[in-house]
Parts: sequence; C-alpha cells; structure tokens
Amino acid sequence: MTHAPSQDLLGAFAQSLLAGQIRIVDLSHALSTDFPTLALPPELGQCQGFRIEQVSAYDARGASWYWNNISCSEHTGTHFDAPIHWITGRDRPGNAVDAVPPAHFIAPACVIDCSAQAARDADYLMTVADIESFEAAHGRIPAGAWVLMRTDWSQHWSRRRDARAYQNFDATGQHTPGPSVEAVRFLVEQRDVLGYGSETIGTDAGQAAHLRPPYPCHTLMHGAGKYGLQCLANLDQLPPTGALIVAAPLKIEHGSGSPLRVIALVADNGASR
Amino acid sequence: MTQAFAKPPRKNPLLRTPQMNLPPAARGRVALGLTAAAAEGRFMLQVCSECGATQYPPREACHQCLSPALRWQDQTGAGELLTETTLSHSNDLYFRERLPWRLGMVRLDAGPSAMVHLHGEVGAAPSRVRVGVRLDRAGQAVLIGFPEKGSEHMADDPMLREMASDPKFRKVLVTDGKSPVGQAVVRALAKAGADLIWVGQAEPWKQPAGFAELARLPQVSVVDLDVRDERSVQELAALIGAKVDIVINTAELHRRHGIGGRAGTEVAREEMEVNYLGLLRLAQAFGPVLMARAADGATHATAWVNLLSICALSNHPPEGTYSASKAAALSLAQCLRAELRAAGVRVLNVFPGPLDDEWSQNVPPPKLAPQALASAIVKALRDGVEDVYPGDIAQDWLARWRDNPKVLERELAAGGS
Repeated sequence: MTHAPSQDLLGAFAQSLLAGQIRIVDLSHALSTDFPTLALPPELGQCQGFRIEQVSAYDARGASWYWNNISCSEHTGTHFDAPIHWITGRDRPGNAVDAVPPAHFIAPACVIDCSAQAARDADYLMTVADIESFEAAHGRIPAGAWVLMRTDWSQHWSRRRDARAYQNFDATGQHTPGPSVEAVRFLVEQRDVLGYGSETIGTDAGQAAHLRPPYPCHTLMHGAGKYGLQCLANLDQLPPTGALIVAAPLKIEHGSGSPLRVIALVADNGASR
Repeated sequence: MTQAFAKPPRKNPLLRTPQMNLPPAARGRVALGLTAAAAEGRFMLQVCSECGATQYPPREACHQCLSPALRWQDQTGAGELLTETTLSHSNDLYFRERLPWRLGMVRLDAGPSAMVHLHGEVGAAPSRVRVGVRLDRAGQAVLIGFPEKGSEHMADDPMLREMASDPKFRKVLVTDGKSPVGQAVVRALAKAGADLIWVGQAEPWKQPAGFAELARLPQVSVVDLDVRDERSVQELAALIGAKVDIVINTAELHRRHGIGGRAGTEVAREEMEVNYLGLLRLAQAFGPVLMARAADGATHATAWVNLLSICALSNHPPEGTYSASKAAALSLAQCLRAELRAAGVRVLNVFPGPLDDEWSQNVPPPKLAPQALASAIVKALRDGVEDVYPGDIAQDWLARWRDNPKVLERELAAGGS
C-alpha cells in the first residue's frame, strides 16, 4: 500500500498518538458557574460569568434526555482574545474570531517559566531579560509561535479552588503577574509571535492600568493583530519548547473572543527539549 | 404573666415531623378588608359615612342605616371583655391540636361586639381589654383580646407567637450578606436572638468593608450563594434547606437607568436575573422544604421576606429598569405568598424608598439607613405582618399610589419624587 507524502506525515502522527508517544495536555479550566470572572468598576458593563440552567434531566421536562442551556461572556473561563477586542485592533483585517485563519488554530508554544518570580511577587512583570535568558537556554522564539508565561497562578483554582487568591484583589485593585511593556513590545516587534497566553484572568498584569501604555498586552498585541489566551491551566506540564497548541475559538460572528478548549500536544519520546 | 420563650430542645429525629393543619380560611370579599388592614398591622373596621356607626363583622351596607358608603377606619380596639370561655373540644383540626383555647366576647368602645381569641394574660371577665388584629396561620385576619397592659414577654404567648415569625432561636438564611442592607439585617437578627444565620455570599473575591467582622459573629455561617446560578441555589438548599426557618432575600441589583440612559439590555437583564429570576430560583429550591416544616415544633419554618422597593408599585423613570424588575419580583412574590400560604408560611414584602447607599448617592435625603430597614424587617417578623413600607418616602408614595395610581405615575414621570 502506498501513501502520498502528506498521508504519510499524518499517518505517522496518528500512529504516534495511538502508540501513546504524544501526550495531550488539557490547558483549560472547566466552565463552571463559580469560576472567577473579570471584575470592573460596577458602573461599567460587566463580563457575565458562566451560567447553566437545566432544560431537562430524564424528568417531566424530557423523559429520556438530559441537557442544559448555557450562557456566558465571550471572555469567560479559559478564553481567546481576538484583535477586535481592543480598540487598537478594531481596524485590523480578519480581527474577529470568525475571521481568524484556521491555520492559526495550531501553533508551537514557547513556555517562559516565571513561576519563581510570581511566587515571590504577585505583581511580577516579565522582562525582556526573562525572554533573553529563555532564548539563551532554549533557542530563539520562532515567528508565529504562542508565548505562554508560566506563573503557576492557575493552581490557586485548579488545586485549591481559591477564587479570592486567584483574583487577588485588595483596596488598590488586582495583583496578578503579567508582561512588562518592554516585553510585550519585544515579542510583537522583534519576534512576531502569534499571541501571548497567561494563567491569570487577563493577559495583562493586575495592575497594568498603571503602566504606560495602560494594558500593554491588549494595546500592543491586538494593535499588531496578535491574539491572547487567558485563564490557561497546566502550563507546568509543558516543556519550554516543542509543545503544539491547539486553540480554535468558537466561530462567533463578529465575536471579540471565545471560551474554548485549549490542548497541547507534547512528544513524550524525547523530542521535547 | 407570659413566660419568656425558652430555647426548645432539639427535635426527636425518629418521630414524624408534624404536618400543618390550617385554621378556617374562607372569607368573603368584604371580610377581606379586615385582612388587608391586618397585612400592614392595622386594626380597621367599617365606619358608615352617613350615620357614623362602626360595625363588625364587615358587611356590604351599614347595619344601622343601610347606607353602602362605608369607609375602613383605624381602631384603638379599646373595649370591655363581657364574657369568656375555654374551648376543650373542637372538630376543626387546627384548634383540635391546640386545645385548650380561650375565647371571649368583647364590646368595643366604638360600638360593636366581637368574638375574639384571648391572650393568656387577659383575666376573667369583666375586664378592660384592647382588641388587636393578627394574621393567623392561614393568613387571614383574626381578632385577639390583649390585656390593657401586658408584661414584658407578652409576645411569647404561644397563640400569639405562632401567628408571628419572631426570629428568636430560629435559623435564618440571608441570601446576600455583603450589601449594606444584608449586613445590617444579619446584625439585627443576631441582636434579635436568632439561633443561626446563614449568610450568603456571591463572588467571594469581592470583600466589602465590614463583611469580615460580620463573618466572625458566633451565630453567623457564611455560605456560597449566587442567586443567578441555579446550581448554587439548589446546592445550598440541599445542604441547609431542611433547617431554614426564615428566608430573607436581600439579594438585589440596583442601578439607576431609564430606557434612554443606558444602551442595550445587559444591565436590565442582570437586574431581572437577580431581582426576579433570583427570587424564582430561591423559591423553587427553598419553598418546598419550608412548607414541609411549617409545623415542626416551636421554632417551625415560618416566613419568607422579600426586599422589594416602593418603585415596584409605580415606575420611577430615573431607575426605570430597576423598577420594572422589582415590579416583576412583586408579582412573583404574590404567587409565592399564595403557594406558601397553603402550608401556613408567611411571605413578607418590604417596600423601602431610596436607601442611603452608594447607588443613591446623588439622591437628596430623606434616605433610609440600612440599619433602619433591618429593624423594620425584624419588627415585621415579630408583628407577623405581610407588607411593610419603611420610611417617609415609602409611606408618602404608598399614600399617593392608593389615592390615585395614575396621578402618581404622572408625578413620577414629570420628575417628581
């Protein structure tokens, strides 16, 4: 039996999957009603948390079937930010989730480990030096890759289900780690990344409103047509490089973002570095 | 002298929980006027506009001159107990379970005579008494003969106590304990001697001032409860529902928008989600268990309190969508009242005017302090009333609404308040 080269490529991939040589890591939190949601000053429009209402459960409302109606914001739970989400990206071509090229649904990931810094300082901002030392150890970040900032912040929820620690509000607002202005600029201008992903509720740090510009990750990434992934989980299970991210947002017409299932494919046969 | 109500022993879990039998509840349309007044804690009788006669029982026409021009008028209830008797037998299930039962005939100073239930402190006839009105377990007005001067614990008379919903030694759920009103209600309940107060909190990452201290009160148990979330409501009902004696629904979303002042429906939807659908979720989850425990000992399940707004009666355009959500909640609360009445559980609707809180910052006084609202709620539970309009603004709007709802609508539309 002969195969065309492309069939060989995917056939070998399928064989590797079946042989258990490729590990699938789920980078998503479950969509649950108690998952922490972005909070803004109450006079502003609010992001709706995940809601679920039972339609029937093998009962008088439907004897043999169970199903629910669900509703949420485009930015609830583990979710994808499209460039149109931010005013800087509003005129980019293909800036809404339904226009994201399917080729972007699968891309390599570079995972920069800032977990030690974030453990020491909840307001930690990833620096250009952090990126440079990552590259010194693992090679240059390729164009079109996701850059994921590992902080282990997701474990506040996934291990301890501590919504307060995950949000980490005090009287001066939220305190969660994120990228510095310079780091964002570097990733956009020097590395042409596909997007940036975080374990926190936003791609920007909790105190990013006070940076110049405010919310640099949203402002600069989306302004350059890049994407965001947030509320990611299990980044500690990924190698620094070599993982392949599958992140396909819902095809919401003119949507600004979407909850989604994010998975990573990791070769477990020594291919990952 | 009435003995102070002592904390009852724990129930014997091997015995069947007693079921409720309601007292006779049938009333004609005219007689319901007495109930309508009693719902607000007022004792009113018909007074003839033509000849001035006061009459009881209520009738279609004046018993003296046959004029149909009858007005309901507040009564002092002062009168003379002419005779009394103690009932030792009854074929009515409600009274049968509560024998012996004292009754008396009182001649009111206003004229008519009435058969009344007698408070335990009323002595032998003849004696001076004060007749008051209460809603009984069926939610209907009944007359009660009180002593002219009662003792300190007269409210703990077993007959009276069962007709009210005193939070003393009871277990209460306050659905949102984080708002200023919620916090004030929890503190007022603790002061009133509630045995246990479950305090609901949604969005635990928001910790308003005062909440941490409140959570440390010995009676308080903070529970996760988001009335926007069906599962959250059902889970809490599954965990504690069978222990709750009183539900106080303080969960509300208040924003100040009309139709033109805010684009879209996101805020209005959230108001409905909390103020209307939240009540529906709570009622579906907690209503049946309250009804099942309506006769469960001396601290049986007894009441459900809804925090509504005077804007539920007539739309206040500056907070137009909020008014609409409270009108919806009022309508649903009437449905809940009708359903819970079947078990003898009372639904209290509270209609405050503007509160002294962050969402009414630009509203000039008088504004109702959360503490004053909380006191009004506890008082309403103790008095066993159904409808409460606390504060000057609420009283004023109520009077204008009763006088002419169309005129009030026009006044509010023209920017009046």
